[in-house]
Amino acid sequence: MIDQDEDRADAFFHALADRTRRDILRRVLAGEHSVTALAASYDMSFAAVQKHVAVLERAGLLTKRRSGREQLASGDVDGVRSVASMLTELEDVWRGRIDRIDQLIQGD
Amino acid sequence: MPVTDITKDLEARSIVITAEFAAPVERVWQVYADPRQLERVWGPPSHPATVVDHDLAPGGLVHYYMTGPDGEKYYGGWRVLAVDQPNGFTFEDFFAESDFTPTAGLPVSSSEFRFEPLPAGTRAVFTTTYDTAEALQQVLDMGMEEGATQATNQIDALLAEG
Repeated sequence: MIDQDEDRADAFFHALADRTRRDILRRVLAGEHSVTALAASYDMSFAAVQKHVAVLERAGLLTKRRSGREQLASGDVDGVRSVASMLTELEDVWRGRIDRIDQLIQGD
Repeated sequence: MPVTDITKDLEARSIVITAEFAAPVERVWQVYADPRQLERVWGPPSHPATVVDHDLAPGGLVHYYMTGPDGEKYYGGWRVLAVDQPNGFTFEDFFAESDFTPTAGLPVSSSEFRFEPLPAGTRAVFTTTYDTAEALQQVLDMGMEEGATQATNQIDALLAEG
């Protein structure tokens, strides 16, 4: 049991100990990204970015799903969320609403 | 970009969104006064809202549900407190059963929406304060996840276990 937790902690800190992986995590926590789109953001090969994504996935920080030929990655949102991160999510909700109001009004 | 400012207060669990629209105050008011327009803007594209009852008057109720991608429905409502047409209104939010009976517990949040005239448009200020962190969580669980999240809390939990 303790070993399991220790293994989890190792995976966590290993995943977060790399600058690129932290950057990938920030992006996928803000919204789903295709691995192709992520790869285009870094000056490294697709395979290298894919490896980083796999490390984050093993640490339970990221989940992947397949959509056609694309692999889509998103941050794992299952954990208990902090007030700060929840308000940030609400900010996104509101940005969406404001855009929709703007479109509705523009469409008159 | 119509959003001009976003202010979050972690202590008070509040968020204030300021936006500017290129339309008069009366037009922005109409978005809230007309249930068909309200449902076009309220829910994210993944969870469209359907407004069932709509009485935007002091003491009035607005009932709506949001439908998720798998057809699941989330019911909620507004209890309208004060109305100053067309300059704004205040209301409390609640979660509800499928017959719109408020789910036991306190109101989830209180909001003030204000619309102020500008020389060429409207400044809208949307202020929402959540009663508890749980309330905030519930609102997001109700199909409102357009964005980001944690990691720090998971790490905290892990460290606490150690």
